[in-house]
Amino acid sequence: MSKTYYDPADLRKFGKITEWSEELGNKFFEYYGKVFEEGALSAREKSLIALAVAHTEQCPYCIDAYTKDGLQRGVTKEEMMEAIHVGAAIKSGATLVHGVQMMNKVNKLDG
Amino acid sequence: MTKLKTQSLKKKGSDLAQSNRQLEILSNGIFQNGELPTFKDKISETSQFPLKAKKLEILQINVGYMCNQVCEHCHVDAGPDRKEIMTRETMQQCLNVIKNSGAHTLDLTGGAPEMNPDFRWFVEEAAKVGIKDFIVRSNLTIIRANKKYYDLPDFFKKHNVHVVSSMPHWTRGKTDKQRGDGVFDKSIKALQELNAVGYGMPDSDLRLDLVYNPSGAFLPGDQMAMEKDFKKALMEDFGIQFHNLFAITNLPISRFLDYLIASENYEDYMYQLVDAYNPSAVANVMCTNTLSVSWDGYLYDCDFNQMLELPVNSKAKHISEFNEELLEGRNIVISQHCYGCTAGAGSSCQGVVA
Repeated sequence: MSKTYYDPADLRKFGKITEWSEELGNKFFEYYGKVFEEGALSAREKSLIALAVAHTEQCPYCIDAYTKDGLQRGVTKEEMMEAIHVGAAIKSGATLVHGVQMMNKVNKLDG
Repeated sequence: MTKLKTQSLKKKGSDLAQSNRQLEILSNGIFQNGELPTFKDKISETSQFPLKAKKLEILQINVGYMCNQVCEHCHVDAGPDRKEIMTRETMQQCLNVIKNSGAHTLDLTGGAPEMNPDFRWFVEEAAKVGIKDFIVRSNLTIIRANKKYYDLPDFFKKHNVHVVSSMPHWTRGKTDKQRGDGVFDKSIKALQELNAVGYGMPDSDLRLDLVYNPSGAFLPGDQMAMEKDFKKALMEDFGIQFHNLFAITNLPISRFLDYLIASENYEDYMYQLVDAYNPSAVANVMCTNTLSVSWDGYLYDCDFNQMLELPVNSKAKHISEFNEELLEGRNIVISQHCYGCTAGAGSSCQGVVA
């Protein structure tokens, strides 16, 4: 067994999840592929969204995959970092907006 | 500050300057222990082995390995210290072939082809033959490297040369990282000068195409999407126009192989190439309709095989022995570097093939 939870080489084996549940696996990959096709959003825009979400999800495989995907699409490191800040801003905003709930509770209990 | 290469692998006496060392690396390790299939095994799956040469369409002539740049990923290992230069005598032999062969495209490459002292003579003579598409692969900076090259845009125009130029990115940082400090600014200036004489204009017959190859250990993205991004950025930032963008995959040989190994990306990169293998690209790989001539007149299936010193599998091995019938139908010489031309939409000196 691997001594660490994450092995970079496992990313290459992602497709193998289908072997233990073929129908669901295939449906997932079909959906996944479709999502990243050019649509109302460009594939490049989708790649940057994926990179930001990869960070908020803290998925090392996704970070590797969408950093490389961005490079392949000519995305610059400045664009990548800005996308991550968008994710970080939403994460911190999501924490802080709950501060209103705390304030409401304080006001109700001790106002 | 970008750290620049200043010497070729050959000048440095690097192990990887030896083609047999490169071929050894490409045949051993993950391709020997069965982790990844060899290129031969892969194309055999779709009965495409042996890969055979079709009718000759493109004659690609490497007029010398000397270059004013020492690019990070150069598959030629070109640079100012390379002295291999085609002589006028060999050029004359090439001209005889151009006149008599059925090739519709002549493609001059290097090094910086313009640095060959007989370059202009060769272009003038070759242009007289009236070949349909006459390409010069220019690194752009040569146009600004020295006063003696300043008139190259006019010279190209006079002989209706199709200019194909390397441009790794539309930003300064990524371009200079791969090709050296100051390359981006000089390239932009050269492109503006080419535009000024009519190259690259939407309705102009003066063809100006750009070649994009990735700046690191990753594959090129979709050629059309990249072209759109390049056109938008170069127009908005510098008012530059060009016709098409060719997205070319870096092949794991020479300086790019050296980079892959030094950065510990070699295995991952080979996995990427094999994972992206596209059997439909195999039928149109450039070695099937191209012949590559080295500075000393020897014949190869492609410029990459030239650098790996893998000569054509034919009795006609030198331009002086050129025989279209003997060369047509020859078995193409392959190794694992060939995966670079069959990944994704495929890759050739004219961009995607599938």
